[in-house]
Amino acid sequence: MLRKFHSLPGLLAGLLLMVLSVTGAVLALAPVLERASAVIPASGEISIAELADRIVAHYPGTEQIVREPSGKVIVYYSHDGQAGADLVNPVTGEGTAPYEPSAFFGWVKDLHRAFMLDDAGRALAGVLAALMVLLCLSGILLIARRTGGWKNILRPLSGSGGKRIHAELARFAVLGLLLSALTGSYMSAQRFGLLPEVPDTGPRFPADVSGGQPSPVGTLKALGNFDLGELRELVFPYPGDPQDVYSLSTSGGSGFVDQATGELLQYQPRSEGNALQHWITRLHTGEGLWWLGLILGAAALTVPILSVTGATIWWQRRRHSGQLPDNAGAAEADTIILVGSEGNATWGFARELHSSLNKAGFRVHCSEMNSLAEQYPQAARLFVLTSTYGDGDAPASARRFMARLDDFRAEKYLRYAVLGFGDRQFPSYCQFAKEVDAALARKGMNRLLTIELIDRCSAAQFSEWGSRVGELIGLPLLLNYKALHPATVKLELVERADYGIAVQAPTSIFRFKLAEQGGWPTVFPRRFKALPHFEAGDLVGVMPPDGQAPRFYSLASSASDGIVEICVRKQPGGLCSGYLHDLKPGACIDGFIRPNPGFRPATGSQPVILIGAGAGIGPLTGFIRKNTRRNPMYLYWGGRDSSSDFLYQPELGRYLDDHRLSALNTAFSRADERTYVQDRLKQDELAVQQMVSTGAQILVCGGRDMAAAVRQVIGDILKPLHIDIETLRGQGRYLEDVY
Amino acid sequence: MKTFVLTCSLFAALVLPAFAQARDVTFTTELQNYGGDGAYLALYLTDAAGEYQGTLWVSGKKSKYYKHLGGWARGSRLDPAEYDGLTGASVTSGRTLKITLNLDDSLIDNGYEVRVDSAVEDMRDIRADVIAPLTTEGSGKPVSGRGYVRALTYELQ
Repeated sequence: MLRKFHSLPGLLAGLLLMVLSVTGAVLALAPVLERASAVIPASGEISIAELADRIVAHYPGTEQIVREPSGKVIVYYSHDGQAGADLVNPVTGEGTAPYEPSAFFGWVKDLHRAFMLDDAGRALAGVLAALMVLLCLSGILLIARRTGGWKNILRPLSGSGGKRIHAELARFAVLGLLLSALTGSYMSAQRFGLLPEVPDTGPRFPADVSGGQPSPVGTLKALGNFDLGELRELVFPYPGDPQDVYSLSTSGGSGFVDQATGELLQYQPRSEGNALQHWITRLHTGEGLWWLGLILGAAALTVPILSVTGATIWWQRRRHSGQLPDNAGAAEADTIILVGSEGNATWGFARELHSSLNKAGFRVHCSEMNSLAEQYPQAARLFVLTSTYGDGDAPASARRFMARLDDFRAEKYLRYAVLGFGDRQFPSYCQFAKEVDAALARKGMNRLLTIELIDRCSAAQFSEWGSRVGELIGLPLLLNYKALHPATVKLELVERADYGIAVQAPTSIFRFKLAEQGGWPTVFPRRFKALPHFEAGDLVGVMPPDGQAPRFYSLASSASDGIVEICVRKQPGGLCSGYLHDLKPGACIDGFIRPNPGFRPATGSQPVILIGAGAGIGPLTGFIRKNTRRNPMYLYWGGRDSSSDFLYQPELGRYLDDHRLSALNTAFSRADERTYVQDRLKQDELAVQQMVSTGAQILVCGGRDMAAAVRQVIGDILKPLHIDIETLRGQGRYLEDVY
Repeated sequence: MKTFVLTCSLFAALVLPAFAQARDVTFTTELQNYGGDGAYLALYLTDAAGEYQGTLWVSGKKSKYYKHLGGWARGSRLDPAEYDGLTGASVTSGRTLKITLNLDDSLIDNGYEVRVDSAVEDMRDIRADVIAPLTTEGSGKPVSGRGYVRALTYELQ
């Protein structure tokens, strides 16, 4: 809901807001430029009387003196019947240049506040400012939700790409944008009469003036009592009219000055409303507050980027969740489906369940687990479908579920069933699903069904579970799950390098290129065709020949390399790895890319410690290959025998030479010393401590057992620093890609 | 070039002897291309000494800016009764304001002057941008302004 409040106005207004913000940023420069060119005497140095006296000496036909908030002083005069205006030096009263309001800034200003469309444009700009307020407020709430509460609002953000850029930029700029938008909305609302306008007629013209012989302006008492810094405007009496007076406007108020006696007449202090209005204008324009203008301008410049990334995020989200027709609202649904998913696999099951229940006549609401509402007033059934991430963690779309569960109020007739998805080969099989099941029970809710764990996306198991649900709800429920994968492309094996055969760990580096896809002639260079952008650390899904679920391998190459490179060890009895190892150059496979933004080295100059074993070296080598900025990178890698399975040996040597890799530490378990990668880490204890304390990031890639051993060792090493791995994880400084 | 044509009868403030004849007078105020926002204009009558006599026309809807039309503001004391029914939109840079008013004959050739005060947002105020004596002889002869007004022409019908 909150997200809708954010994305709808954003999409609606994006382009126009870009115009407003860019022009606003340009206008923000005006106060700076004006301030830079203004001569500003110290406070108390020159009175208004002295200023007027000096100016009149140079401009006998002076009609009006204006001091702008920037400190610039302008004289309007008449000379030989022609009106003129000059900038003057307030100290000498001499003209410095003809005063001409900048045509460029005038044009930009008109574009900014009225799109050059007069009142209609001004109204539009006002509406946009109000939308911007809405965007800022909903955005702040979204960031608070994303970082897990107000206390953490400044914490580093997770995520990557457009999403990350959007959130980081917004967090930097939101206060400036909010100030600009609020003041802009206020000014617009006032102009169009939505807010009461402050009466600003000023004091009445004095009924009685002395009418005596005019005195020189420099001798007028009232003008001598005001400092130049207080001046806003001084209008001279009409020449030859003894009944006329000086009109004076200062920061504190306005009134008149008798041209003969120098008496201050009808002086009226500025009303509070008027002062407020003045300040709101200044806060919006930065007039006389050049530093604020710069801050607001910088904030405004983020808007084009925010608009583009925002629209992209919206589009991606819509594409991923858009295939849920007839999704009922959370408040009126009788059946709720919550999905915890890291990639998108679990959504396929949720969709099938959703549409079957819909067909059976239920009003079904389906959303990610992170969107758990505080209550579902009409719901009688709650299905939770979730995978488990890493070592028993919550997947991306369920990461905040447990925290939100605290605020959840379950209706007493609401019954639930948890469906876990995982792979039985792994030790923490469906661990998160089990925890959710237990947590719901602790909330005092009753189960509709005991927890069911689906192994490796088994459609048969899912369908069987569906028929049990059908019996309970008294309607046959046919669940027919068909795996949904992104469209695959044909990849042709170009070359392979085989290692480790002598040590019974056959591991190969496979390099694929995009095969001719047939049909259309090639218009674009090959790497732009069909394969989306990818980086080392992302995954390639390989379809095994018998049509089973795809297997995923970490990529060692990036799209810019023009090849798809993976490093795969042949598992005993492994279906997909065996299939790959039997491939000969020229053979083709079906594959697709799956982004894995959670496993990337951080940008910045902090050291990166790469730890891997066996085929896990693939993506790590990819990271080093891309380290053209020569940030410090240290690789700890374990193999079996340096003469047989030292993967990427020549390439790593080159990277050491050109300093893309700072140091390479290898451990071989079948060599004489029989060491493992964790032994190497232990030997380098002090270096590791030192690097972590300066902000180093650790990336681990490899098998489960190795990862567990490395965690153990790193945990021990960090103890004296009073940092644990969980803390590092929270800061995005301990990343694992484990299989 | 867009032209505003308006016909009004002059406000009671200008009513002079009851037996007097009246006739239509068209005032054409042509603005310079000063390149700013719409101009606020006040057309008003003064006697030969420059003393305010009555309002002919005020261009610009927001009364809070009227104080920038200095001479007129002082003479009329910004009393709404002085300009009720005699206001219209501000006049855009380079355009022409044309109004036709029914003026008493006794105002013509009697030492009265037409004055125009002008003001533009963020730009200077011009008091007595134009001063044109209201005479039969002056009919149809443009009087140039010294500020935003290029020329004022009145034509006695």
